[in-house]
Amino acid sequence: MLETREKRPGSDIPKKSYPQPLQPGSKVTTEHKEAPELALRKKRAHRIRSIKDWALFTGYLTPSFVGVLIFFFLPLLMLLKTSFQKSSTNTDFVGFNNYVRTVSNQAFKSASINTLKFALWAVPLAVVLALLLALLLNSGLPGKSLFRSILLNPMMVPVASVVLIWQVFFSYNGVVNGWFFDWFGADKIDWLKSDKAQIVILIMFLWKNLGYNMVLFLAALNNIPTEILESASMDGANALKRFFSIKMYYLGSTVFFVAIMSLINSFKIFREVYLLTGDYPYDSLYMLQHFMNNAFNHLDYSKLSAGAIVMCIVMIIIVGGLFFAESKLDKDVEG
Amino acid sequence: MDNSIREQRRAAATKARRHVYVETPKFTSYFESMSDAEREAFFKKEKKRSARAIKRRTARHNFVLGIGVLIAIAVCVLALIPIFFTFLNSFMSSAEIKDNYGVIFQSLSGHNSSGGQYLSKTPSLKMVPQYVTIDQYKDLLLMSPTYLLKFWNSIILVVPIVFGQMVVACLASYSFARYRMKRREVLFFSYIILMLMPFQVTLVPNYMIADKLGILNTNWAIILPGVFSTFAIFLLTKYMRQIPSAYIEAAKLDGASEWQIFTQIALPTCKSAIFALTILLFIDYWNMVEQPLVLLTDAEKQPLSVFLSQINEAEIGIAFAASALYMIPPLLIFLWGEEYLVEGISRSGVK
Repeated sequence: MLETREKRPGSDIPKKSYPQPLQPGSKVTTEHKEAPELALRKKRAHRIRSIKDWALFTGYLTPSFVGVLIFFFLPLLMLLKTSFQKSSTNTDFVGFNNYVRTVSNQAFKSASINTLKFALWAVPLAVVLALLLALLLNSGLPGKSLFRSILLNPMMVPVASVVLIWQVFFSYNGVVNGWFFDWFGADKIDWLKSDKAQIVILIMFLWKNLGYNMVLFLAALNNIPTEILESASMDGANALKRFFSIKMYYLGSTVFFVAIMSLINSFKIFREVYLLTGDYPYDSLYMLQHFMNNAFNHLDYSKLSAGAIVMCIVMIIIVGGLFFAESKLDKDVEG
Repeated sequence: MDNSIREQRRAAATKARRHVYVETPKFTSYFESMSDAEREAFFKKEKKRSARAIKRRTARHNFVLGIGVLIAIAVCVLALIPIFFTFLNSFMSSAEIKDNYGVIFQSLSGHNSSGGQYLSKTPSLKMVPQYVTIDQYKDLLLMSPTYLLKFWNSIILVVPIVFGQMVVACLASYSFARYRMKRREVLFFSYIILMLMPFQVTLVPNYMIADKLGILNTNWAIILPGVFSTFAIFLLTKYMRQIPSAYIEAAKLDGASEWQIFTQIALPTCKSAIFALTILLFIDYWNMVEQPLVLLTDAEKQPLSVFLSQINEAEIGIAFAASALYMIPPLLIFLWGEEYLVEGISRSGVK
């Protein structure tokens, strides 16, 4: 068989040698024997171009990179260093002493518990309520864009401007207490100095952030292909079914984005609390930022830096966990 | 049983082969069996029924829609109440405000009072002032220079930050979008993490570096970290990566330099994002409390946002006017650029 094949006509013409595709493990050699200098020139040109590209885009990046390096990355490293020192002037190495001191500090403990507790309430509520609002506005309501811009308004208003009105509503002799007294004959509650204080700041947080979250959800809802929804309703899927099996699939990543943004914003609730109640609020309102501020006032750097590092790590864990959960969920949905 | 069916089928097949016409009993429909009068009556009734059903359905739809609108309106009213009250109350005379809210601020009288004392008088919340006056504004603008000074402090803090951050962010995000090597992606990821860090983390490093550079208690201590904050870079990079590479290649073929590509293709394409980010940054920094509190120990340099909380009893009226004035710039900017803002926010969340 083999012999007959070799005798086919034309088999005696010598085969042209084409450059073979690279095999794994084989050495890279330039096959351009006829023009090595050309290949060399090409290679050099390529290298020069890539270096030029690198230089160009590094040039664009430089201002930001230098700034971030000076104002964020280097100070964070300094922070890491001071967190292991006895104090900012006394550079003795004390190991994890500062961390132990900070974490066992009663104020730090209650501050972080309060902040986390608030985030635990605020983030899910902000996500769910904003989603409900977005669904409501997306259900063919007339004047949708008007509602949207009205609901975005609270985001624009600086906290300092509305603090006065919150004061009017929620202080001890305030309006809310007056209403409750008139309608139910309820006893007056000092809203900002009782266990209900967290509810008050929750209301303020939702008031400020629902609009932003809602716009994010509205955008995601608009991105859902309408054919799929229509065909689902043709097949007899009711609104609930359509929501849970189609819309949630498309909203998944947005939910995570909104959750992360709400988490970041929930740390900013300090503004309201500070402007309403000052440096030393009621216990359940004592936030991490209060702790930081008071530590700043005492100039206790090593404690501060240890606290900041602990918070940094916690934030990275939380956000990393969220990212991880998102990627995992995405895979689940796709696979 | 089986056989009889087989027999029947065989017979039918034979007949079919021979083209024998077998008469089947004629199907007379329901309508055909009726007389004309009956049919007309039936259709009349059916028409009425379906009209009623359609009416009922649209009524139900309208009802649900109406409830939706009502809920939306209620939410909108809740959202607007604090803003409206601040605005309208700023037009009251100071005597009227004292009459309305004096009770509240008597019991407060500074932040540190523990527990309010009971006052039998309840405050009266009024939307519409009895006499519309602009006395508060007059007092604010002419009589008390501190408020104006604070207002000016806010402006000279916020404007440089917003412009600086936008310039830096445009350059950097163009670089991140065009040059995507592994190390750059790592750097970009570290930028994202930096963006996600709350103030509680970044303020301490800011304080330390400001201390080292000797700019503590000057405006630079706030402006410089603000300029290099990475929030704008994150969102703009997301935008710039959506520019089709065909645009850039076409420009290259036409002989555009890299700078021309940047200024004449990348920036105009991202115009709406740049406007949106400018608005977002302005709002964010107009609203800042944490940074000035920590980085500016001098009370004179504090912006209005911090100062407004330190009102005392005598100045409630002016404080309302100051609050209203303070929220006017962001609201005006919002009116001007609402579409950009909505689009910018929308596209930031969609992958």
